[in-house]
Amino acid sequence: MIERVWRLGAGARLFFLTICYSGESFRRFHLVMREIYFTGVMSLLIIIVSAFFVGMVLALQGYNTLQKYGSSEAIGVLVALSLVRELGPVVTALLFAGRAGTAITAEIGLMKTTEQLSAMEMMAVSPIARVVAPRFWAGVISMPILAALFSMVGILGGYLVAVPLIGVDEGAFWSQMQANVDFRSDIVDGVIKSFVFGVACTMIALFEGFDAPPTAEGVSRATTRTVVISSLSVLGLDFVLTSFMLAV
Amino acid sequence: MTNNIVEIDNLSFGYKGRMLHKGINMVFPRGKVVAIMGGSGSGKTTLLRLIGGQIKPSKGEVRVAGEVVHKQDRDGIFKLRRKMGMLFQHGALFTDLSVFDNVAFPMRELTDLPESMIRDLVLMKLNAVGLRGANQYMPAELSGGMARRVALARAVALDPSIIMYDEPFAGLDPISMGVVCDLIRSLNDALGTTSIIVSHDVKETFLIADYVYFVADGEVAAEGTPHDLMQSTLPFVHQFVHGEKDGPVPFHYPAADYQSELLQQNR
Repeated sequence: MIERVWRLGAGARLFFLTICYSGESFRRFHLVMREIYFTGVMSLLIIIVSAFFVGMVLALQGYNTLQKYGSSEAIGVLVALSLVRELGPVVTALLFAGRAGTAITAEIGLMKTTEQLSAMEMMAVSPIARVVAPRFWAGVISMPILAALFSMVGILGGYLVAVPLIGVDEGAFWSQMQANVDFRSDIVDGVIKSFVFGVACTMIALFEGFDAPPTAEGVSRATTRTVVISSLSVLGLDFVLTSFMLAV
Repeated sequence: MTNNIVEIDNLSFGYKGRMLHKGINMVFPRGKVVAIMGGSGSGKTTLLRLIGGQIKPSKGEVRVAGEVVHKQDRDGIFKLRRKMGMLFQHGALFTDLSVFDNVAFPMRELTDLPESMIRDLVLMKLNAVGLRGANQYMPAELSGGMARRVALARAVALDPSIIMYDEPFAGLDPISMGVVCDLIRSLNDALGTTSIIVSHDVKETFLIADYVYFVADGEVAAEGTPHDLMQSTLPFVHQFVHGEKDGPVPFHYPAADYQSELLQQNR
C-alpha cells in the first residue's frame, strides 16, 4: 500500500516536472513532431480499421433495435452520438494505450536499461526535457486528432451499412444527424474527453517506462502495467467526465 | 588553486541497510590517469556516480573543482557535469541516432555552434578514435569495440576536464582492448584532462594509470603507482594483481560443513 502511494507521488512529481520542462519542447518543436509521427501517425492504421468496424457494428445493432420501434431513420443520430460522445474518445484511448503507450514504455524502459538516460544526465541534458516532455505533448496532441478520425471513419462505416446495405434513406441518415448532433454539448465534450485521456494514457506510459526496473522482466511488467492502468483510468475518467458533462 | 581536480573526503555511502563505502579518501590530480580497482560489488562504479552527482553520500564530501557536488542545485550540478565526460560500460549510445549524431549530441544540446562547425568537430573526434569512415552507421551496426570508441568520441566531444571510464575494457577482444587502452592515454595527454578509470583489468590498467586505488570492504585497501602495487605483499593486493584463486577473498561462498551437509542429504 505504501509503495502504491509512493508511486502515485512519484508519478505526480514526474507530471509536474514534465510541465516545467515543456518550454524546451516547444522551442525545439521538431522533437515533438518526430514523436507525433511515431505515436500518432503510426497508430492511424489500427484506429481507422477499428473505427470502420465499430461504426458498421453500431449501425447493425442500432438498426436491429430501432426498427422494432419504427425509428430506423434515427440510425444516423445513434451512430454519430455514440461515436462522438463516447466510443470515439474511449476506444481511441484504449487502442492508443495498447499500441503507442506500450511502445513509449518499452522504449524508455530500454533506454534506462542501456544507461542512455544516465548518459544524458551525465552530459548535463535533462532526460525529462529531452525524452519525456516531447513524448508527452506528442500524445496529448495526437489523441484528439485520432479520436476525431475515429468518429469520422466510424460514421462512414455506419453509413455504408445503414444506407446501401440495409436501405435506410440517405437523406434521413444525414439530416437527422445534422439536426441532433450539437457542437457544444456533443463534439466539444468528446474533444475534452480525448484530451484528458491523452494526458492520462501518455503520462502513465511515460511514468511506467521511467520507473521500470532496468531488467528485461522489469520492462515487460511495465508495459503490461501501462495497458492495464491506462485502460482502467480511461474507463474511470470517462465515468467521472460524463457525470459532470451530463449534470451541466 | 589546488592541483587536485577531484577530492573524495571521508566519504561514506550505503543503501538498503548495507554500507558500501566507509570513510573513503581519494584525490585525483589534474592531468593524471587514476584507476579505481577492486572486486565485483566493491562499489567502484558507485564512486563514479557520486563524483557525477547522480547519488548523494551518506557522510563526507566529494569536491569537483573545489565545489561540493551534493550541495549543488540543479543548475550547479549541470555546470559541473559540463566539465565531465563519461564512458559507460556498454557505451550507452543513443540507438535511434547515427554515429555522427551521437557524437554531435552534446554539441547540439549544450552549445550554439553552427552545424558546419559541429560537422568539422565531430569528424575530428571520430578521426581521433579511428572511426571517421563509420560516421553514418547506426549503433546496432557496430561491433562492441567500435561502439566503445564512438562512446569515447562522444565523451570527449566538448573537451572535458575530467573523463570517467566505467569498465572500459570489459568484453573487448585483445586488439580492441589495446586500441581503447592507447586511446585513453593519448586523449588524456593530448587534452590535458584527468582520467578516472574504474576497472578490474589489471594488465591494461597498470599499463596506462599513473596512480591506483584498491577498494575492498568499503575502504581503500591499498594505493600507489602500478609499479609499487605489483611489488606489494599485502595479501588482498597480491591475490588481485596476480589473479590467485584463494586468499583474503575466498573462493567458496560461506556455507555449512561440506561433509555433514552431504551426509544429512543422504539419510
